[in-house]
Amino acid sequence: MSEVANQATPAVVTDLGTETLQEISPRQLAWIRFKRHRLAMISAGFLIAMYLITVFCEFVSPYNTDTRNVKAINAPPMSIHFFDAEGNFHLRPFVYSYDMEINADSWMREYKENTEEMYPIYFFEAGESYHMWNLFEAETHLFATREGYIHVFGTDQLGRDMFTRVFYGARISMSIGVVGVMLTLFFGVLIGGIAGYMGGIVDRGIQRIIEVLLSLPTLPFWMALSAALPVEWSSLMVYFGITIILSLFGWPGLARQVRGKFLALREEDFVMAARLLGAGRLRVIFRHMMPSFTSHIITTATLAVPGMILGETALSFLGIGLRPPVVSWGVLMQQAQNYQVIVMTPWLMIPGLFVVLTVIAFNLLGDGLRDAADPYNTGGNRD
Amino acid sequence: MRAYVIKRVFGMIPTLILISGLIFIVIQLPPGDIVTSTLDRMQSQGLEVSTEAVANLRAQYNLDQPLLIQYVRWIGGFLVGDMGYSYLFTRPVSELVWERLGYTLMITVSSLIFTWAIAIPAGIYSAVRQYSFGDYLITTIMLVGLATPSFLLALMAMYAGYEFFGISIGGLFSPEYRDAPWSFGRLLDFLSHLWIPMVVLGLGGTASTMRILRANLLDELSKPYVVTARAKGVKPMKLLFKYPLRIAINPFISTIGLLMPALISGEAIVSIVLGLPTIGPALIQALIAQDMYLAGSFLMLLAVLTVLGMLLSDLLLAWADPRIRYE
Repeated sequence: MSEVANQATPAVVTDLGTETLQEISPRQLAWIRFKRHRLAMISAGFLIAMYLITVFCEFVSPYNTDTRNVKAINAPPMSIHFFDAEGNFHLRPFVYSYDMEINADSWMREYKENTEEMYPIYFFEAGESYHMWNLFEAETHLFATREGYIHVFGTDQLGRDMFTRVFYGARISMSIGVVGVMLTLFFGVLIGGIAGYMGGIVDRGIQRIIEVLLSLPTLPFWMALSAALPVEWSSLMVYFGITIILSLFGWPGLARQVRGKFLALREEDFVMAARLLGAGRLRVIFRHMMPSFTSHIITTATLAVPGMILGETALSFLGIGLRPPVVSWGVLMQQAQNYQVIVMTPWLMIPGLFVVLTVIAFNLLGDGLRDAADPYNTGGNRD
Repeated sequence: MRAYVIKRVFGMIPTLILISGLIFIVIQLPPGDIVTSTLDRMQSQGLEVSTEAVANLRAQYNLDQPLLIQYVRWIGGFLVGDMGYSYLFTRPVSELVWERLGYTLMITVSSLIFTWAIAIPAGIYSAVRQYSFGDYLITTIMLVGLATPSFLLALMAMYAGYEFFGISIGGLFSPEYRDAPWSFGRLLDFLSHLWIPMVVLGLGGTASTMRILRANLLDELSKPYVVTARAKGVKPMKLLFKYPLRIAINPFISTIGLLMPALISGEAIVSIVLGLPTIGPALIQALIAQDMYLAGSFLMLLAVLTVLGMLLSDLLLAWADPRIRYE
């Protein structure tokens, strides 16, 4: 057995070794470099999981966003148990019901676990019916209880399930980031490309506008613009309005980078060679120049998403972004306007935790992508 | 140097004109204007408004003039310090603005200094001790600071102040000093309130600033002259401060220009959460009340502040780096 292994191993290694050396494409090389970046890999996993949840949030969350549980107003998160009060093990996890009493001093509701009454958790269980993607009715939830209720992240002032609301909020907040960045990309590449391509007075004019926009404090301008959105607009229109406002101040940075890359690449030998070989203008741009800065653009785009998410959160928190029936992380954070909330009902800050995690993940992912995409990167000091 | 200063100062003028035009467009955006909203308010109070009064009001705000004239009047008034009258605060805007602008400036500048006081040592440390435990620790803390929305940080600071120090945070003064004239006690009270917005605001900008310094310094440290100096036995500290740091700090100075818009943005929302008497909260009140001219004045002031900050950073850079001066 060991003899076989001893013989086989070196052969395989050299074989693999030469193959790797000869047949690796730039894309594979980037992937190998990216895989080395462990934090970026973890972040990518987290973000993929989050986006999958936001796509299926009707299914993942046990309730609908407006469902109220009057038995649990401002109730703390429930813990999921496998062992009951007597120490018996249950294969099916369960939660205890709330035991509510009103504190005589503070007149606040106080909740304790009632170990007498337990609600087992069932998976792929029928619960409240919902309208999946506004297409069809369904009622299967990832998890639910047959009797009683389950609030993994607690409930808010109206007794609405925070777990449900956090993931519905993720759908809005995380998609605003992506849609906003796509708009930013479109305008940034278009305007930056025009500036780099036309040169001369157009270039100088665009440069000037970019400088001005970059020197503006964005948040006050976001505030002014979103306060200008008509009150009678539907939620969907406000959503797109906010997205456009957020990308309005995002494109200048990108446009400047695209222009810079364009100008630098125009002087490169391989572009000259392509031109001398008789390649048309569009072919030079799309076949030869584009590939050398797409990776750069993808990185910039990734690093731009967190700004958008934070922008939406801040605007909605102030009450001039998205407005309640819409559930977004910012709208949820509106409940936490003062520090008493942190003292009394800290679980209302959970959406904030998700904002922080998502923003960190995007930043780390962006770092990883930048390292992977840089063809001159030797794993050195570039930060 | 003088030629450069003159060039830069005059270069600001077209920028400011563009910005003011932009702001004017923004304040024209909402449907209706100050007159229609005033009328709404008066009618909801049961007051009869004659068409003549409406016309008078429109004339008073120059709303019957073409847009270009309105713009010139607005910006002209702004230049001579006449920013109109705020119905929201029932005071002339200019009276309202200076006091708030002062606090905005103080908070912004102090958090800029705080950012530097943290970012420079942290950046040096994590460049010199690259990949050490301390490097990772600093980077992690900075990343969390970068990722936390500033209003959340402000809330947490309020919570920490309440829970651990037993002080209620919010505002810039304790109740007993709020309307008192300036005195030594009031100054101390002010300073004891100032550090919360300063830290909260500063943390957001520290991460990016520190990373720039770290990257610059790492580039310098791997250069042959550093190796040579080390081989010749120059003391590590002396070497670091005398050569690589001085070169690495130059591009760092230019980050003030980028930091200013971010700080002023952050200041607005942090002040709203902490209830500070600065421009930010007044701006949002004006926006919600749709008093767009007032909002426009606030926006313009914030923009002027940022542009001045960038000018200052450019001049500082030119002073520190002769290559820029003589370009």
